[in-house]
Amino acid sequence: MSWAGKLLRVNLTKGTCKSEPLNMEWAKTYLGSRGLATKYFVDEVDPKVDPLSAENKIIWATGPLTGTMASTGGRFTVVTKGPLTGAIACSNSGGYLGAELKMAGWDMVIFEGKSPKPVYLYIEDDRAELVDASDLWGKTVWETEPAIKIKHQDPQIRVSCIGRAGENQVYFAAIVNDLHRAAGRSGVGAVMGSKNLKALAVRGTKGVGNIKNPKAFMAAVNAGKAVLAGHAVTGQGLPTYGTQVLMNVINEVGALPTRNHQDVQFDGAKDISAEAMAVERADGKSHLVTTQACFACTIACGRISQIDESHFTIENKPQYKNTSGGLEYEAAWALGAANGVNDLEALQYANMICNEDGFDPITFGATVGAVMEMYEMGVLTKEQLGIEAPFGSVKALCHFAEITAQGIGFGKEIALGSARLTAKYGQPDLSMSVKGQEFPAYDGRVIQGIGLAYATSNRGACHLRGYTIASEVLGIPVKTEPADTDGKPELVKAFQDATAAFDSAGLCIFTSFAWTLADVAPQLQAACGDEFTVDNLNLIGERIWNMERDFNNRAGFTSKDDKLPKRLMTEAAKTGPGKGTVSGLGKMLPQYYKIRGWDSDGQINADTRKRLGL
Amino acid sequence: MQKSLLINADKCTGCLQCEMACSYEHYGIFNPSKSRIRVFDFHNTGVKVPYTCTQCDEAWCLKACPVDAISIDLVTGAKVVSEDTCVGCKVCTIACPFGTINYVQDTGKVQKCDLCSGDPACATACPTEAITFVDADWTGLDRMREWADKLGNQASTN
Repeated sequence: MSWAGKLLRVNLTKGTCKSEPLNMEWAKTYLGSRGLATKYFVDEVDPKVDPLSAENKIIWATGPLTGTMASTGGRFTVVTKGPLTGAIACSNSGGYLGAELKMAGWDMVIFEGKSPKPVYLYIEDDRAELVDASDLWGKTVWETEPAIKIKHQDPQIRVSCIGRAGENQVYFAAIVNDLHRAAGRSGVGAVMGSKNLKALAVRGTKGVGNIKNPKAFMAAVNAGKAVLAGHAVTGQGLPTYGTQVLMNVINEVGALPTRNHQDVQFDGAKDISAEAMAVERADGKSHLVTTQACFACTIACGRISQIDESHFTIENKPQYKNTSGGLEYEAAWALGAANGVNDLEALQYANMICNEDGFDPITFGATVGAVMEMYEMGVLTKEQLGIEAPFGSVKALCHFAEITAQGIGFGKEIALGSARLTAKYGQPDLSMSVKGQEFPAYDGRVIQGIGLAYATSNRGACHLRGYTIASEVLGIPVKTEPADTDGKPELVKAFQDATAAFDSAGLCIFTSFAWTLADVAPQLQAACGDEFTVDNLNLIGERIWNMERDFNNRAGFTSKDDKLPKRLMTEAAKTGPGKGTVSGLGKMLPQYYKIRGWDSDGQINADTRKRLGL
Repeated sequence: MQKSLLINADKCTGCLQCEMACSYEHYGIFNPSKSRIRVFDFHNTGVKVPYTCTQCDEAWCLKACPVDAISIDLVTGAKVVSEDTCVGCKVCTIACPFGTINYVQDTGKVQKCDLCSGDPACATACPTEAITFVDADWTGLDRMREWADKLGNQASTN
């Protein structure tokens, strides 16, 4: 076992909470978390549904290893249909919330319908109730979490909630748990807002105890921890520098998208890197204060930082003077390099607003990048924006961060995300996105595999659906050349399938720098059952990938949506080792479809369905 | 030789491996709410502090217990609760100045750190050596060495 064996179904329209036994047949074939929640979702929700309507559902799901001592076993996934993309959205988060939910005795919570008034779900072990949240509506993430703890007189409650961005249905609103961990992408927070659902608060005291073979499990867990501790990335790089270890590395390989992907190297990269975070400032302190692990994680890549008290951004703003989460690489890139901004303190200020108001810094930063380009082209003016906004403007970045969640002035337009915004102003080619979701921090024309991974990602552009950077830059598990297109379809497929299995187990994908599924299988086998062999986990991953694809196809996506922006296809990289290259997507995509067992339109073949049991 | 748990908060990442190891060792379950060591996360300063019983020499809990349910393990020096004897009166929880002995609703007894009979699971599970199990007479040894290095060794090479 190691699944709790039950799920909570919350009907927000009727105001009811009901316990249901978990479908164990599905648990065996879709594992948990991302896979199992998606199975429930595609079974119950029409793919054509409007993401922000009462007919959409939203699911919080843990995996079988969530809440156990398996390193990083604290992850959970939020699954819904995403408003940013119109595709399946599954956003994964760490912190402590997922483990707490599992310890309360629940594998997942399915929300359906729409509440007539603001509510939050409060779970205390087996008991669950919807509580009036009128007094919380309008509050930020940082106000909501303590307010709920005070209300229930219990500081040990864990909270997952939306801020003002989710309430106002910003297309890239996030769901934030434990103050600064987030189910960040695809606008899952807006779905909560559309349902008048402010928060999920949980206290779990039952624990996770139904491990099939505890002795074998502890042996496998300890072996896994030793592998992580001994690996250069998970034992040294990430604990010491966090994900920010990548800033200088990716800049050097010429794959750091800069100024809305006009450039692939940023001269200010060193100023916003992990190394810069550790340097002593004029005030005698360093930006980085300490490291932070999520539940059960023995890597501890999280960063806790503090802004220079004298920095102009936080004058008379006490809530930003304490330590807080950040900067992580993706946020530092999106808020920084993507806009040509190299002020580390300002980036952390904008990052803190993203956590406080609850929105995705990647899409936000990339949207600001598109706005800055349109400003420089004269498409957008100072009068429209309320501020001069050339690339590199620290003030413009901070201004936009302050006005987005509440939809003040031009903030209402930024809240659309770059695809809708650029289309509105007649410049759709300036949106650096796939299926409406913006790229993360690796240039998809210089590093061919990640370009293909972006184009085919089921939730729009994303690095966490097939992180081929591990192979193409870091040489894990084997080095492949960034410029090569040969072999990349196979590489992308392998990463995508394995990642789906890691996610669905309840583990963090960062373990996969050191672990393969051969390290995961013994932990799952001891906890859940002998059937979770490496081969089966790969098959489960492939099944999950195809299930997500099938949902998107039925929602109306076709091969035409597996594309990269014109800029990556026609404007060659200007500098760096990849100078002169554009994406070779056209060469890779047909081969990718072929090995996936899909037809030329990207539709799943009948024999592939049969093989995967779809 | 008796040993003590030595806690270095600077090294704690807040992963809670210690809490799970403790609950697993004593109850066969992963459950921080049943752990005898707890990690406190002070969000505004970023400081995380693992905290548990220090095994006082003159233990207030032991002295306060009206039924002599708390005894000293002569090998490890741990003050150990006998669940068979404990009546759940909670007087020890009032007597302890540090709050490290607590009532458990499920059992109707109190629980506290017992040093796992000399091999504390929390110290073994800790990935960063924020929790170590060292010679009880020399818990200051590492700190002495650091200062000796700073004042003597580094000074002489400068």
